[in-house]
This record gives sequence, structure tokens and C-alpha cells, in this order.
Amino acid sequence: MSTLDDRASELVAEFELFDDWMDRYQYVIDLGKELDPLDEAFRTDDYRIHGCQSQVWLQPGDSAGSVHFKADSDAQITKGLIAILLRVVNDAPATEVARADLAFLDQLELKEHLSPTRKNGLDAMIKQIRLYAGALAARSAASN
Amino acid sequence: MNLTAASSMTSQPDIGTLRSQFPALQTEVHGKEVAYLDNAATAQKPLAVLERMEQYYRRENANVHRGVHTMSQVATDAYEGARSRMASFLGASDPREIIFTRGTTEAINLVANTFGLGFSSGDEILISEMEHHSNIVPWQLLSERTGARLRVVPVTDEGELDLEEFRMMLSKRTKLVALVHVSNSLGTINPVRRIIADAHSMGVPVLLDGAQAVPHAKVDVKELDVDFYSLSSHKMFGPTGVGLLYGKTEHLEAMPPWQGGGDMIEQVDFAGTTFNEIPHKFEAGTPHIAGVIGMGAAADYMEDIGWEVIASREQDLLTYGTERLAAIDGLRIVGTAPQKAAVISFLLGNAHPYDVGTVLDRLGIAVRTGHHCTQPLMKRYGIPGTVRASFAFYNTREEIDRLAAGLERAASMLS
Repeated sequence: MSTLDDRASELVAEFELFDDWMDRYQYVIDLGKELDPLDEAFRTDDYRIHGCQSQVWLQPGDSAGSVHFKADSDAQITKGLIAILLRVVNDAPATEVARADLAFLDQLELKEHLSPTRKNGLDAMIKQIRLYAGALAARSAASN
Repeated sequence: MNLTAASSMTSQPDIGTLRSQFPALQTEVHGKEVAYLDNAATAQKPLAVLERMEQYYRRENANVHRGVHTMSQVATDAYEGARSRMASFLGASDPREIIFTRGTTEAINLVANTFGLGFSSGDEILISEMEHHSNIVPWQLLSERTGARLRVVPVTDEGELDLEEFRMMLSKRTKLVALVHVSNSLGTINPVRRIIADAHSMGVPVLLDGAQAVPHAKVDVKELDVDFYSLSSHKMFGPTGVGLLYGKTEHLEAMPPWQGGGDMIEQVDFAGTTFNEIPHKFEAGTPHIAGVIGMGAAADYMEDIGWEVIASREQDLLTYGTERLAAIDGLRIVGTAPQKAAVISFLLGNAHPYDVGTVLDRLGIAVRTGHHCTQPLMKRYGIPGTVRASFAFYNTREEIDRLAAGLERAASMLS
């Protein structure tokens, strides 16, 4: 199993502890509160991912062929979903992230938030993460 | 809702019977019967409308204004009957003053692209800060084409039009006043009678965006003496994709056609084309026949329910809803004009409207969140958006209780 799959299974197991949907949402919100803060300098239009309703800012980074993102949102549920995504992709090899299908989101039944029609910027954020990871992987491959 | 109290009043229909006319109100969302409080976005459709449209498609479907055959004549009669129906619904004396469109947005665009072509540099169009984007952008586009200037009447902290400013902005340069009758974001009912009288005293015609007005109260265009009035069927319990423009005959006859195609012509020749009379001059192509007929059925349905019943039920919901919501810690209502339709826009503490809407959705409560297509208005109040609960006569106090309980829950989760 890949790094991403392991982490995803862990999250799915955590969510299965909650029977009630509201408790799951509460957990999402709480995860958002634990998200590493994004430096104020990156909460600008340059780092903003456009969503109609809630805004998302994404600061990409990497080390030794792995990706590391920091991100934030003005909506708490969106922020919690970001925290979930970053827990899975951060510090994972770019090659893995670039081709990640993030199917675990289906198992968390949170995918409804990740559709373009929710207009919360998350869908666009996932695309950005994949793009960045893809570019990083290509760069590493070229330099090897 | 106190069912016994409601049904014991002879003029009030039983709420259960009323709701049973709207199949979509029985929809379950996340395992609960939906509390549908998003009526300002679109209203649910009664059986009378659904069945009338089905009857057209099942038994009457034929194109209008074309065939000598019986079915085409039946369809034409139904379609033109709906035009007369909508004319009487709005108090217009002549059905030719009713132009069917795709909705309010297209009705406003029609005026901008025909009546508006006469504007030029130095002319002014007066709108307000509380307009829906559909009553802003067509005029911005027109301004770019003609050089006419767009001027914006400010809104007070309570959400009312600043009438003093409005009067000062009216001048000989004003070519049109285009205003919302009832605000979709705030619920404010604008004093359109006075506004029209003021504009007319300067010789300025007035267009009203009536999308949010017609679901709530009787509108009489003759009595208002308004020049143009626009509405959308889907907000008044009719089908989506259809609406209308009312225009005074003298304006409509003077206006050039907009979209070209079948039905709007008299004679087509490559040397030149002559155009049909109003209203057909503005209805190019096969129209939304079923939609128009459905809209007529919706008008019938509303008048059968009765304006008094609609007004008293909505007033009760607005008063009760405002009381219940205002009592929630940290909740701030945006839009507190004394004259309001059954719309409550609000913010819950510092919680993002998106988060509040998401929690409510999980509880089976449908509200609108966001800027409601009124970004300049949100900017005016310095907020990204609001949560909006909007009621129709079929809503109940129990649904408002569910909303209030849901908001308490959301507040504790999002604190």
C-alpha cells in the first residue's frame, strides 16, 4: 500500500467511529482548527483559489521530492476538509500525489463538498495540488 | 403552526391540505422531510401546475401560431389564453402588452437591447444599490455601448432606498429608472408608487424587477402606472425557464425588435424584412409553450388560494421567524426595513454562511447562502454574504422552529 492509501484508511477508520453525521461534521470542524496556520503573507489574491462562497488560500512547498502544502479558508467546514486532504497528501512523494485519486473521500461521504458546484474552492484546490505535485515529479524525474 | 387555529378560521385553508398540493415538499433530505425555506430562489410547484403542463404535453402538444390543424389551434388558444390570464393577473388591460420571455433576466435584457438603444452619451440610467445582478449588468453593457451613465441610488443601513438621494439624482438626463420592487437579499418592499410618481413628474419612465414581488402580493401595473414590469414564473409557483415583460403599448410599439427568427416577422425577403405586431414582434422562435401555459395555471392557483390568505400566512411567518431568529445569541438580521416580504437574511455570529448552510442542510433545512447575486449590496454592508430564509404561504411555524433549533446547533458547532 502507498503512503497515501495508509493515511486514507486511517482517516476512514476515524470517521467510522462516529454514528451521527453532526458528530462527523464537528470532527471536520475540529480538524480544521488544528490545521497549521497559514502565514498572513500568503492570504493574498496570488495564493487564492477562487470559490464563489468560501475562499481558499494554498501555499505550495516541497522537500526531497515530497510535497508540503499550507492552506486556509474563511469557512470552517471548508478548512476542516482542507485539513483532511493535507493530512493525506502532505510529505508524501510528489509522484504519488500527482496520480492520487483521493477515492477515500467517497468513503468519508464528503465528496459532495468537493464538486465544482459547491463553489467552495476545494475542487479547484485538489486540481492545484495535483498540478503542483505533477510538475514537481516531472522536475525530479528530469534531474535524476 | 397551530393547525386547529388555522383550520377553524373559515378563510384559512387547512395547512396539511395546502402542503399536500406540493409534491416536492414531501421530499426527504438526509432522512428528514425537507423544511424548504429557499422560496426566494425558486418556489415549489403545485399539482395544478404540474398537471396542466402534463396535459399539454400528453394531449395538446403542437406548435402555436402556425397550423391550420386542430391541435395547433388548441395549443395556440391555450398559449394565448395564458397571455390574457397573465395580463389580468397583473392588471394590464391589453394582452398585447405581455411579452413572454425566459424570465426576469431576459425581460430586462430585452428592454436594455431595444428601448435602451435610444440612449446616448450624457443620458443617465438610475438603478439602486440593492439590485440583483440581472438589473445591473444589462445596463452596464448598455452603458458601454451607448455611453449612457449608470447612476446608483444608495441604500440605508436598515435596507431601504434613500429616497431623498433618489429625488436628487432624478434629472432631465435620466432616461430610465430601473429598480427592484422587492429585494431578494433583504426582503425590503420598495415604495414603488411614490418612486414612479416622482419619476413620471420628471417625464422619466420606470422599469420594475418584480421577480420577488409577484409571489407575495397582488401587483397592478395599471394602478402603479409603471412603464415596464418583469417577472419570473418559477418564483410564483410556476415552471422554470419562463417569465414575462409587461410594457405599455406606446413603448412596445416604438421599440425595435431584438431577437430575429420565426414568429416575429410579417414578411421576409432578402431585400428586407417587415416585422409582426406586438407582442409577437418580441417572441422569436417557438416559445416555451408548456411553460407559458404552466405559468397561467400558477396564476390561477395563486388567485384561488387568495391574496389575503397568502399575505396573512406570510406575515405570520415573517413575524414569528423574525422573533425566533432575533432571540438567537449573536444572530444579526441584515435588512430591517419596516415594509418587508417574507425574507430573513442574517449572519450567525462570525460563522461563515457556507458553514451554517451546510449544517442546516444536514438537518434537512434548505436555505440559501452567499451573496444572492447582489454583490454590490453585500459590499455596501461589508459582508461576504448572508444566510437567507425565505418563506412561502405553505411554510409553517414548525419549520421555523426547526430552523431556530438548527441555528442553535450550528452556533455551538461553529463557535
